[in-house]
Amino acid sequence: MLASQIGYYSLVLGLFFSIFIISISIKNFNNNQIIDNRIFSLSFLQLLFVLISFIGLIISFINSDFSNVTVFNNSHTTKPLFYKISGTWGNHEGSLLLWLLVLTIFIFLFLVKSKKQPKKYRILTLLFQQIIIIGFFLFVLKTSNPFNYLFPIPSEGLGLNPILQDPILAIHPPILYLGYVGSSIIFSSSLAAVVLKYVSKEWAKHIKIWILIAWIFLTIGILLGSIWAYYELGWGGFWFWDPVENVSLMPWLCLTALLHCILVLEKKLILTSWVIILSISTFTLSMSGTFLVRSGILNSVHTFANDSERGIFILIFLFILIFISLIIFFFFHNEQKKIQSKINLFSKETAIIFNNWFMMYFLSVVLIGTVYPIFLDVLTGVKISVGPPFYHKLIIPFLIPFLIIMSIGPNLSWIKTNLKKINISLIFFFIISLVISFVILKKNNQSTLINTVLLFASLYLFFVTVRDFFNKNFKSYSQKIGHFGFSLLILSIFFNSLFSSEIIINLKVGEIYAFEKGIIKFKKVETFNIKNYKSIVGHFEIEDDKKNLIELKPEVRIYNQPVTITSEADIKTTLFSDKFLVMNVVKDHDFFNVRYQSKAFMIWIWISTLLLAVGGIFSLIRRLNEK
Amino acid sequence: MYGKKVKLRILFILLVFASVVLSIYLILKSLEDNVVYFLSPSEIKNLKEINSNKIRVGGMVKETSVIVKANEINFIITDFKNEINVSYVGSVPNLFEEGKGVVAEGHLKDRSYLKAVKILAKHDENYMPPEVKEALGGK
Repeated sequence: MLASQIGYYSLVLGLFFSIFIISISIKNFNNNQIIDNRIFSLSFLQLLFVLISFIGLIISFINSDFSNVTVFNNSHTTKPLFYKISGTWGNHEGSLLLWLLVLTIFIFLFLVKSKKQPKKYRILTLLFQQIIIIGFFLFVLKTSNPFNYLFPIPSEGLGLNPILQDPILAIHPPILYLGYVGSSIIFSSSLAAVVLKYVSKEWAKHIKIWILIAWIFLTIGILLGSIWAYYELGWGGFWFWDPVENVSLMPWLCLTALLHCILVLEKKLILTSWVIILSISTFTLSMSGTFLVRSGILNSVHTFANDSERGIFILIFLFILIFISLIIFFFFHNEQKKIQSKINLFSKETAIIFNNWFMMYFLSVVLIGTVYPIFLDVLTGVKISVGPPFYHKLIIPFLIPFLIIMSIGPNLSWIKTNLKKINISLIFFFIISLVISFVILKKNNQSTLINTVLLFASLYLFFVTVRDFFNKNFKSYSQKIGHFGFSLLILSIFFNSLFSSEIIINLKVGEIYAFEKGIIKFKKVETFNIKNYKSIVGHFEIEDDKKNLIELKPEVRIYNQPVTITSEADIKTTLFSDKFLVMNVVKDHDFFNVRYQSKAFMIWIWISTLLLAVGGIFSLIRRLNEK
Repeated sequence: MYGKKVKLRILFILLVFASVVLSIYLILKSLEDNVVYFLSPSEIKNLKEINSNKIRVGGMVKETSVIVKANEINFIITDFKNEINVSYVGSVPNLFEEGKGVVAEGHLKDRSYLKAVKILAKHDENYMPPEVKEALGGK
């Protein structure tokens, strides 16, 4: 109870600090040559108070203080300590407090780490960032106060949705938020740079670090969410083109485009407007994602109590931010006309422009697929959904040129490439990949044109990047790892979709089911009573087509608070395939609904995505050391 | 002369414009083919014609209507005005239960029979897809 109150008042204090910071910054903006030290201390205090508030909420959760409405709605005394803590951000109010905390941490780090940048630029970035912070303070305090008081005090809470009680899901939101909020710094800083006409090579070099940070966290955050969905939701896939997944993919695509484009700006000081547009869009997409998910327009595990007031608040806030940024962009921005550089067709910058071109195409596919059903519903009341075939049809064919440009692009030089210098091995790999792809697919009777060409393109990128690792005079490890990771990702997704198989069947205990690729034996079920759920474990024995025996023990958990049934898939992972078994109870029947999947190269999908992030981390480390 | 530079610019802009138009055309075209409509059993009764497109049907699982066999599950979706028979092969979400809301995706065979390929999971006991709520008239 005390913790809640301290939490609430420090949150209110935190808001007041925003006002102090803004007023001092405005005074400081024109007066002195150096930044007023009070700005640092106030920013630190603001961070401290938001942190206290957050810790206050965590303590309320640990103590199961049900006089706090948020705790009452989302916790329960029998819940393990770990999930009591992770429950803090597993709900709407708490997760917004976390947003706020990350916002204040990032702006403080920005202030501390940008000492070499011009004073006015730093202050202006701080001002823009404080506008966002105030918006979030008001949002939290007005519509989603995590410290609301409840009387009479209930003796027991309602509990956390059991499918959220999972170690990966405990860290998925904070990491994803670091990515989202990181994009807010890029947003503020690019607006500040536009106002002060500071869009320059130095700026590009400095903001690249923040782009990398946001990108790395966003990548890992999406990866974690995807792994969780794979084993917890029991569908046995890694990406479902669910609107909620799409809203995290959109800022990622935008940020990836920005990550490449900023290189061109850094080297040649062209594409400045484009970089600014991308910076603004990335943050706008992150915010819209929050709006769509939080407002309850999209239905998913991420949708907590639906409240239209919240949706409207975020929408208004979003419009204000977009409005401000558009005004700044049109009134202050003018492209530097001094350096008129010609862009040669065979140069790195052309390849990067192509990359951006494709990224924007992928982005618009995902955007339209996600938003169109919402608009149609609002305008006509017709309810539709857009499934995976839509995305596959539109994205897969365009991956082919994308992959090829990705292989060749990094081998071109800046400004102009002498075509004669292009290594003969590039052509050699071209032929090799074509042959291998044809042979693999012919053997498996899958040799349609699009399959062959797609496999060829990803193999080509694979070989070219592998070759470059052995090349003596190459510098950018990060780029190679990233591109290599991407080729591996496409290859594993490709093989995964080609060589995976699935059997769904209703079985009673003791039954045996034979299918063309093996035999499933349902040996027995065991029941256990665990602290906050009842566990039913099925014992299965699977014999695959090579006569290998595998024991799989999927579990069904019946949670008591709230009453919810979840399935815990049992997965045996090997380098080449995952054996995935999940069972569901059919209420009031003897049958269990059993789903057995053999998923080829599953682990490589995770590894390759991780490699993408590792590439980013390499680049980040190099950049930090350059300073 | 700036003639060449201007020409290049125009070419570039035309190229951008063409690719934007092309991609929007492609997106809208395949949107048309890949959209899944959501209907209630009553809306299905009133359909003029039945095509082979995939649809989603939402409503309540009728009490005592679930029949489980080894390779398929049969049940009835009702919106308390009309009903539709569903046969389904595939995995069943844990919260699939008689008297609870459900969304089934599949192909209509006639106005009272749906061959489902997917049953959508609800997320918890209290949650009901808004489509179902609406189809049931806000009950």
